[in-house]
Amino acid sequence: MSSLTLVRRRPGFRALRVSRPWLFYICAGFAAVIVLVAVLAPWLAPADPNASDLSAALTGPSCAHLLGADGSGRDTLSRLILGSRTALLGPAAVVVFSTTLGVAVGVAAGWRGGWLDSLLSRSSELMLAFPGLLLAILFVSLYGTGLVAPIAALSLAYTPYVSRLARGLTLAEKQRPYLAAYRVQGFSNWAICVRHLIPNIGPVILAQSTVNFGYALIDLAALSYLGLGVPPLTPDWGAMVNDGQSAMLQGQPLSAIAPCLAIVVTVVAFNVVGEHWADRVANREDARS
Amino acid sequence: MNTAQRSQTPQKSQTLHIRGLRVSLPGTARPVLDGVDLEVGAGQTVALVGESGSGKTLTSRAALGMLPAGATASGVVEVDGQDVLTMDARALRRLRTTTAAMIFQDPRAGINPVRRVGDFLTEALRTNGAADKRTARKRALALLDAVGLPERVLRQYPHELSGGMLQRVMIAASLMADPVLLLADEPTTALDVTTQAEIIALLRDLQSRFGTALLFVTHDLELAAVIADRVAVMYAGRIVETGPAEQVFADPKHPYTAALLAATPRLDAPAGRLAVIPGRVPDLRTEIAGCAFAGRCAHAVDACGQERPETAAVPDRSQATVACWRSSTLTLQGGASRG
Amino acid sequence: MAEPVLEVSGLRKVFGSQVAVDDVSFTVAAGGSLGVVGESGSGKTTTARIIVGLDHADAGTVRIDGRDRDHAGRKARGADAGRGPSVARSARSGRRAERLARARQVQMVFQDPFLSLDPRLPIGTALTEVLRLHHPDGDHPARVTELLDQVGLGTREATALPRGLSGGQRQRVAIAKALAVEPSVLVLDEAVAALDVSVQAQILNLLADLRAELGIAYVFITHDLGVVRCVTDEVVVMRRGAIVERGATDMVLADPSHSYTRLLLESVPGPGWDPQLITAARRALAEAEAELTPR
Repeated sequence: MSSLTLVRRRPGFRALRVSRPWLFYICAGFAAVIVLVAVLAPWLAPADPNASDLSAALTGPSCAHLLGADGSGRDTLSRLILGSRTALLGPAAVVVFSTTLGVAVGVAAGWRGGWLDSLLSRSSELMLAFPGLLLAILFVSLYGTGLVAPIAALSLAYTPYVSRLARGLTLAEKQRPYLAAYRVQGFSNWAICVRHLIPNIGPVILAQSTVNFGYALIDLAALSYLGLGVPPLTPDWGAMVNDGQSAMLQGQPLSAIAPCLAIVVTVVAFNVVGEHWADRVANREDARS
Repeated sequence: MNTAQRSQTPQKSQTLHIRGLRVSLPGTARPVLDGVDLEVGAGQTVALVGESGSGKTLTSRAALGMLPAGATASGVVEVDGQDVLTMDARALRRLRTTTAAMIFQDPRAGINPVRRVGDFLTEALRTNGAADKRTARKRALALLDAVGLPERVLRQYPHELSGGMLQRVMIAASLMADPVLLLADEPTTALDVTTQAEIIALLRDLQSRFGTALLFVTHDLELAAVIADRVAVMYAGRIVETGPAEQVFADPKHPYTAALLAATPRLDAPAGRLAVIPGRVPDLRTEIAGCAFAGRCAHAVDACGQERPETAAVPDRSQATVACWRSSTLTLQGGASRG
Repeated sequence: MAEPVLEVSGLRKVFGSQVAVDDVSFTVAAGGSLGVVGESGSGKTTTARIIVGLDHADAGTVRIDGRDRDHAGRKARGADAGRGPSVARSARSGRRAERLARARQVQMVFQDPFLSLDPRLPIGTALTEVLRLHHPDGDHPARVTELLDQVGLGTREATALPRGLSGGQRQRVAIAKALAVEPSVLVLDEAVAALDVSVQAQILNLLADLRAELGIAYVFITHDLGVVRCVTDEVVVMRRGAIVERGATDMVLADPSHSYTRLLLESVPGPGWDPQLITAARRALAEAEAELTPR
């Protein structure tokens, strides 16, 4: 069995599992560009994303507004560029929290076994049965809009995917005698897990987390679209799609299509990178055993 | 080469005939197989002996046209008179399902764990249209009986069987299409020593009943000596010595064969330190000018490292060859007389 | 006979309905070498894992240097279960000392050299790590060089990753790692089974030299009677969890008293090897046992 099969994918994305390296390089390059744009956003944006230029409202591309402006006359390109910050920061936070928590839970369950494993695995399954978006909506309704509630909810919702993977990998890795050798040599469980087990299963987890990044981006965009994510006025791709709906009806679809495209392309890019890593890790595992 | 000896059996062509087989892999300094000659006659057992990296597994796989990706091969590989290296995919498939079969070291790796043994046995025959379901089942039953397993095994799953039983199933499966050549790659290495004896007894019995030629690949020189008619010893991609099993074992002509025998911890040898072969097998990144074994050989002279020894017939021994510059002047200790 | 360094008595382990180890007792003299021979399912590996503390026996004791091992282990396990922030620091350091003391009693070398080293760590780092744990005040680089030299490796191998080494070299590293702890007993679980014949001979000779040099005692778990003959003074033969024969290695191999030992000996390929006969003997043994077992 290769570790590749353990990485969870949403059905539609399976087709992206390609061996074509050029696609990987294009996607990796694109992901890097997006990250760079997000970091440099305030300097790159041609206009204030919240400045209303009502004379330009609902116009197509022009010299002043390269991608046109939305119904309130705000520059689409600038909003797109600044929106990349929330678009990346939100999923990044979700991935960091869910990975940390998932690895801790999964490794603890797999390594210790027994009642702890039963407890953690059952609660993970319970979490899996509950849709992440629903949990996020619940959190938002309890704690109000803003980025914190959806990120907390999605972090929790994504934890079981990581913890299940980490548990499976831990169980498999535990069979390898080098870990038994460390136990015989008197190393503590903590030292073995942190210094040897986690670094060895890390690459597979990282691949899953990269794939999760894309999913979290979609989920957060969906929440923003529903008006449950970022506070109003903050440029955000999901919210832009929502704002752009009215523009679409009036024959200027660009302010809605541009953020849609940005979401899709970013998600695809991160997925391809994640899949490629997963494949590479799997190949290395095969070569090792 | 050894045509004089080969012409002793001119009326019958060899079941497996390998001549000058050379296989190169990309990114290596020397060929993995460097001019391998091997013959297995009908109903004969030939043991191919060597350590890991010697190319013994690759040689047996080449007989089925199974070469690693990117490998280039030259030379002649004929199974039952058909040239394997020039076969297209369809002919190869037919070769593997009907003419030749392979038994692997780990029986569990070669069987689908979620299919019943019966499906596994009859699958190849049914899918290539060689037999209908009834005939295939009848043949499976007959072969299960031949390998000493009860009928109920047909309905069992692989995990319900022990390693020894599963290896019997694999042997039965390999005989389903009545092949002329059986390739066994360390078929008993994963098994207990008492089970090994049973599997060998079974292979011998079946071989004499069906007249199958058997190429037995193993690292165990002792085992090779007791089961095979002829032995071929491989080192670093070349066959260094061939000959009748008992003679090679009792009176080896190549220093490597002798060193291998001396390094094996045996029951009939005195206790104490083992004779060690210093160093290790040269890896594929190093080019070899002379004899591949020269660097580890206790009898090597300067010439050994410079020019490659030709394969020559061993005097007074039928169908025996050795590739060593010094073999005619050396007296080497064999397996039985070590003391 | 010298004072026993390892005393195993009345060991029993049950997995579900399967008795894996059934009343196993033996002793190993200081600097001695005991072979534990058996086929798969004989319980020899479980016995080894109990001795080093990877498994816990249902009954019986393991004493090394006169200290009861399993008892100490159980105490540590009891404390482990209650692990949490409330556990006092002193208890933790006490457990650590106990763990290290147990590690210094016995070490183990595993069968598969390809899986018994952390694939990410260079050899030198892996050795230093063990030294830092067990001998924090020593001169680590010098000791690493000494250990590598003892097992026949040079400093060039210290910087290599496991994947850059051959099977035999990796097994040498595994032995060096075990020796770094300076144990009284070394358990070798099929430690040469995965190696090529020429490499196997090198490792067996190395092990014989190390025993002579360091006075360390071996428990050699193996299925290979030739290996047993080569490196052990005494031998126990295990079958279905129980010891069926024991004695000095030369005596047992020359004149076996139990029919199973005879079967094992006859099964080793060599002159006069007859698979039909072995098969018949094996069936007879199984039938005789079936009659003895009450239904």
